[in-house]
Amino acid sequence: MESRFRVLFLILPMAAFGLSGCAATKSLFGWGEDETPPPAEIPEGQVIEPEVERREIREPDIDTEDFEIGAFAGVMSIEDFGSDLVYGVRLAYHVTEGFFVEGSVGQSEGGLTSFEILSGGAPLLSDSERTLTYYNLNVGYNILPGEGFVGEGRAYNTALYISAGLGSTRFAGDDRFSVNFGAGYRFLLTDSVALHIDFRDHLFDIDLLGEEKTAHNLEGSLGVTVFF
Amino acid sequence: MSERSITTTPSTSRSISGAWLLVLALALCEAPTTVIAQAADEYRTVAVADPFLEMRTGPGRGYPIFHVVDRGETIEILMRRTDWFQVRAPNGTEGWVDRAQMERTLQPTGSTISFAEADLEDFTNATWELGVLAGDFGGANIVSVYGGYSLNPYVSLEVWGSQILGNFSNGWMGSVNVVHETWPDWRISPFFTLGTGIIHTEPKSTIVQGEDRTDQIAHAGAGIRMYATRRFILRAEFKSYVVFTSRDDNEEVEEWKVGFAFFF
Repeated sequence: MESRFRVLFLILPMAAFGLSGCAATKSLFGWGEDETPPPAEIPEGQVIEPEVERREIREPDIDTEDFEIGAFAGVMSIEDFGSDLVYGVRLAYHVTEGFFVEGSVGQSEGGLTSFEILSGGAPLLSDSERTLTYYNLNVGYNILPGEGFVGEGRAYNTALYISAGLGSTRFAGDDRFSVNFGAGYRFLLTDSVALHIDFRDHLFDIDLLGEEKTAHNLEGSLGVTVFF
Repeated sequence: MSERSITTTPSTSRSISGAWLLVLALALCEAPTTVIAQAADEYRTVAVADPFLEMRTGPGRGYPIFHVVDRGETIEILMRRTDWFQVRAPNGTEGWVDRAQMERTLQPTGSTISFAEADLEDFTNATWELGVLAGDFGGANIVSVYGGYSLNPYVSLEVWGSQILGNFSNGWMGSVNVVHETWPDWRISPFFTLGTGIIHTEPKSTIVQGEDRTDQIAHAGAGIRMYATRRFILRAEFKSYVVFTSRDDNEEVEEWKVGFAFFF
């Protein structure tokens, strides 16, 4: 019974407010300035409206660092064409603590084949055709995560990882489908900066020297990456 | 339970000289740490609700627990890597805590915290998708990247770019297609696709005859998308292509591909 009265008390001012017309239109035209703002709706069964000032909490976002970007440089041996400097960039995304996917782009330069040196004849390839460019899309796994100790008081997180994938290599005037596999060692200097030592075999088919064969092109590199 | 300095650079290490690697290491790690300290001085804080919170030396299951934070103490979340959170204890010790333990902590408001993690439902309702696939295109190798936009859980639009690497010719292909998923809420979700585009082929340099060609293509196909983990999808598909050549007969090419993708 009591609650019914309370509802009635609530309905009366609400009805009066409704009859007095649209408040929004009034304030728009500058009328009704002397009107007090309508009372906040009080839920049924609540007598006292608590005057609690809500604290506005804005939580700072958590910095997620799953991506790793960096550059590498080393030596690449191009089968039959000698060894030369290789350099490139890599971008990795860490899916779980074990798995990651990565893309890399690299470039190296082929030298003279022993045939070209010994015969002294016309070169097999032009200078631009000797430039080797590759891109790779790989999947990797941190097979042996661990720690490396430098001296007595310093520990660094490390991981031995394996990775394999495929891509394309431009060499001797053609794009060649290539696969690669290798292993590397990631040494985290800080939680966001890592050093890499990476050894990799790039395989592709080539028929430049007569019959078609699968060329193994070994690469060893040092790199620096930053997590972001 | 001794406290160790984990991949931090105490100033005393400056005195270490000799090995050039250490000099390089210092030069590399001094710079970023000062930048981070200036840029992000405010971290999210949570209170430990469990009897204790275990801190590990690295972001992985195998790293040893070297510090424990008691119930009621407040920790700062410095960063997240995969399912691990680097936190700072009240006494300044920094270590890594797994997601399961972090979800049993309390926010300053007193409510529990939930760390956004994609699940099967997000897989069904994701708007954007980005992936890489590779396989066989009529006897040649093909490597493809694609981006997809979902109009609704059942229908999405995709743009593809492919590199074709064959024994006799190379080329590239660009196409757009519509994808229909019949049961988008399944973990392994089959789909059907229709599309069109262009293909460009150029014979290999060791082959004397032949000329570059650019033709229009149309394709129909089917495949499966499988939700793996987090934002990760495995995808396999078959497509049948018709190449509208300028010669008398059209060419038909069959394509098989597998790969992975991310949704967001």
